[in-house]
Order: sequence, then structure tokens, then C-alpha cells
Amino acid sequence: MPSIISVNDLSKTYASGLQALKNINLEIRRGEIFALLGPNGAGKTTLIGIICGIVKPTVGKILVDGHDIVSEYRAARSLIGLVPQELTTDAFESVWGTVSFSRGLFGKKANPAHLEKVLKDLSLWNRRDSKIITLSGGMKRRLLIAKALSHEPQILFLDEPTAGVDVELRRDMWRLVRSLRESGVTIILTTHYIDEAEEMADRVGVISKGEIILVEQKAELMRKLGRKQLTLQLHEPLKAIPEALTGHRLELSADGSELIYTYDTQGERPGIAALLDDLDKAGIRFKDLQTTQSSLEDIFVSLVREEK
Amino acid sequence: MNVHAIQAIYRFEMARTRRTLMQSIISPVISTSLYFVVFGAAIGSRIQHVEGISYGAFIVPGLIMLSLLTQSISNASFGIYFPKFTGTIYELLSAPVSYLEIVISYVGAAATKSIILGLIILATAALFVPLQILHPLWMLLFLLLTAVTFSLVGFIIGIWADGFEKLQLVPLLIVTPLTFLGGSFYSIDMLPPIWQKVTLFNPVVYLISGFRWSFYGIADVSVGISLAMTVLFMATSLAIVGWIFKTGYRLKT
Repeated sequence: MPSIISVNDLSKTYASGLQALKNINLEIRRGEIFALLGPNGAGKTTLIGIICGIVKPTVGKILVDGHDIVSEYRAARSLIGLVPQELTTDAFESVWGTVSFSRGLFGKKANPAHLEKVLKDLSLWNRRDSKIITLSGGMKRRLLIAKALSHEPQILFLDEPTAGVDVELRRDMWRLVRSLRESGVTIILTTHYIDEAEEMADRVGVISKGEIILVEQKAELMRKLGRKQLTLQLHEPLKAIPEALTGHRLELSADGSELIYTYDTQGERPGIAALLDDLDKAGIRFKDLQTTQSSLEDIFVSLVREEK
Repeated sequence: MNVHAIQAIYRFEMARTRRTLMQSIISPVISTSLYFVVFGAAIGSRIQHVEGISYGAFIVPGLIMLSLLTQSISNASFGIYFPKFTGTIYELLSAPVSYLEIVISYVGAAATKSIILGLIILATAALFVPLQILHPLWMLLFLLLTAVTFSLVGFIIGIWADGFEKLQLVPLLIVTPLTFLGGSFYSIDMLPPIWQKVTLFNPVVYLISGFRWSFYGIADVSVGISLAMTVLFMATSLAIVGWIFKTGYRLKT
């Protein structure tokens, strides 16, 4: 599939000397939901800012649907909708006024029917005449999304879209993002909430200290780096792990009633059969067992820790 | 040309004026009326005619210029500074608009406002003093050129300012003194010879002189020079604006 955004050898050094991005290469595929994960200050917002034209790149080249973001900025930018992280809005403008403004700013002629649909999708229609200052935080967040969607972008950037948003609204937003994807919009989101990426993304990129350290299909990432744990609830507690079992990667719970076995799902032979065999030989019986798979969050934390 | 964007910004800025009607239109009108009452009626009646024109009428062009300069600067500087302050400038910077389009819309809106204001003040003045306008087209031309030029200056200040204090600094410390000393209230002939020379370094002298000529046909410096200087200021401002956008100065990091 051809890339809709192509970032080549991008670096950014701020005037303060801070190197925010180091030689970034990234391809965003048409129609996907791409989640960019990274700790605070990793460079997520800088990267988005450069692609959208708010921050100047130091070196590098970016193509948006084949258009260079510097020499063909008009074509590139008109494809992009940006929802910034901060709730930055005009206080005294009305909801309808501000979405109409955004549409015009992006060079589209007025289309009240489209704006009505966007506002209805975001449950803002009955507040269309309200001044922005009277809206709640969650409504302002949705308004920023409405502004970004007002000009029918092909690409939508969501910078921390659900920061400070309640659970119900988060679900609504996820639904909206999915329906946008179905209509063919490419979505790039940054988030602190790993479950958000896990829930929505097709692919995940991890950025740390200005470098992309990994880009992977979410499912692939989970499979590759995911660890599984097998927990055995024992009939009788153990004081220590018996000699016969020390060859396995086992841990004993604090009260001695559970044995925990950790294994890589990518391993050819997880060794469960051998473990159970050895347990039987040692005369250890268990009454129940369960397995758990590590989440993207665990994976992310371990990746970023390795970087440090 | 992204005409829709120019319309959107222009409308937005004009809507801001309507919301702040008190501050934008009514307060300058009131303060100008006060000048007429004080200088035109109270003190003016004791001052002899200046070059054959009653003092009250003589100061009208200067007063309009005073409002035009300060309001152009304050409208345009606030218009671009406020989005920087609130952060909404992200949308402007990420939009498919050229720098020229941004300047046209912001400066156009600011200039429109100050021209409307200038005309309102002119109408107000007509209530207080007998007015004549010998060259109405020239009057409108000077009005337009000055409004645009100083809206450009305001735009530059708005981009340069990184706090509300700086926003006020230039109008307060530079523009107002230059206007007062630029012959708003007097003819340069009234000054001692040495100051007549010094005052020629004041750019506002040329604006007021040309503008007053369009009313009464009298001028401190010739109209051609006035016009040339006005165009020169405009070209200088445009060059600075061009440089700002080329470098992203105070706009993009």
C-alpha cells in the first residue's frame, strides 16, 4: 500500500540547542490508524507540528500524499486536520462561527450541511450558538475535533485526544475515530493511554528521546514482545521452589500458594508440557491454572526502560 | 489564492470589532469629541486663525490622523497577538494559506476598522466645526494609505510582542508622541527655525501635512513629498513583514 505520509531523515534542533528529533524515518499508510507512543518530551508533538507546518524542520523531507510540505504546502496542508493537545480556542466566538472559520481557512467553500453533520456526530449541534467560553472541557475537546473535521481532511492528527476526558467520552471518541477510518481517513494519534493504542491502532510507533525505536503492526508487536504468564494455584503451599524444578523460569508467590511461570509467546517451544511433566514427577498438584498476556503498556514500559 | 481563507479571517476580525464595539469605535469617538470641545471650542476660540483657518477646523485632520495611527496599530497588533497568546495561531500556521493572504486579511480588517473610525470622527467633527474638503479623493487616498501602512506596523508589533506590555509600548512611547509633535495641533511654521528642521525627521509630519492639504489646500511640506514618504513607510513595513514570514520570526520555532 502506498504511504500517505512519508518522513525522510527528519531532524529538529530547537534554537535552545535541544535536539527534539533525530533522523526520523516514518511511513504512514493510507487509511490506517497509527498510534505514536512515547513518554513526555519524546518528540511526539514536535513531529506532528513539523508535518502540519507549525514547526520548522532542521533537516529532512516530508511528503504528504506526494506533496512536499514546504514547496507544496497548500496541497499538503489542505489534506490535514489537526487536533492539538492543548484546549486552545477563541473564548468569545460561537461554536458555529469557529467551525465555519476553520472550513474557510482551509480553503473550502461554505457547506452548512457538512458542518451540521460534524457537529451532530460530536454532540455539539444543540450548542452551536453557544460561546466557546461557556463549554465544558470535554465539549471544547470535541469542538477542536469538529474544527479539524470541518474541512473534510484525508488525514487527521489527534494529539493526546483523550487527555482529561471522561470514560464515556473516550468511548464516543473511539467510535468516531473508527467511523472516520471506515470512511477512508488516515488517523495518526499520540497518546499516553496505552489501552487507547491497543484498542484502536493498526500499527504502533514508539518514540523515545527523539528517535523512533520501533514501528510494528500492533498484533505483531504483541506477538513478538508479548510475554505470557501461567499461574498455577497449588493444593498445598510450598516453602520454596523444589530442586527438581529450578530449570524452569518459575516464581513462587509470597504466600507460597501459587507458582508463576513466564514464557515468550514467540518461543518455538514454550515448555509448558515439560513443566507440567516435572511438576507431576515432583508430586506437586495444582487445583487451577490461568494464563495472562502482557499488554501493550507492559511492552512499552520495557522498551522505554531498555532505551534508558 | 485562498479566497475562502481571506474571507474567513476578515470576517472573524470584523466580528471581533462588533463584539467590542465600545472599545473599538465609541471610545475613540468620545475622546476625539473631547479634543474638539477643549481645543476647538474652549481654547480654540481664543487662538487666532492658522493660515486663514479657524483653529478648531485646523486640528481636524491631525486628530483624525492621531486616531487613525493609534487605532490601526492597536487593531492590527491585537488581532495577530491574541491568537499567539491563546495558542489558536496553530490553526493559522497549519492552514493552507500563504503569508500574503494572512497579511491581506489581518491588515485589511484592521485598516477597514480604522478607516470607518476615521470617517466617523470626521462626521463628528463636522458637528463642532465648519469643515471643507478641497480634495476628497486625495483625502480618501491618504486615509487609505495611512490606515494600511500603520496596520502593517501594528501587525509587526503584534508579532514582535511577547507580552501585553510590549503591545502597548510602541503606541504609547513612539506613535503618540510623534503624532503630537507631528503637527496635529499646530503648523510647523509656528515652531522656532531649528525645530522646524528637527521636526522633518518625524515621519508623522508628512502624513498629517498631506492629509491637511487634502482638506484646506495648505501644507507644511509639499504634497508630492508627503505622498512619497507615505508610500516609503508602507514599502518599509511590507519589507519587514516579508522578512518576518520568510524567517518565521516569533511565529515558528
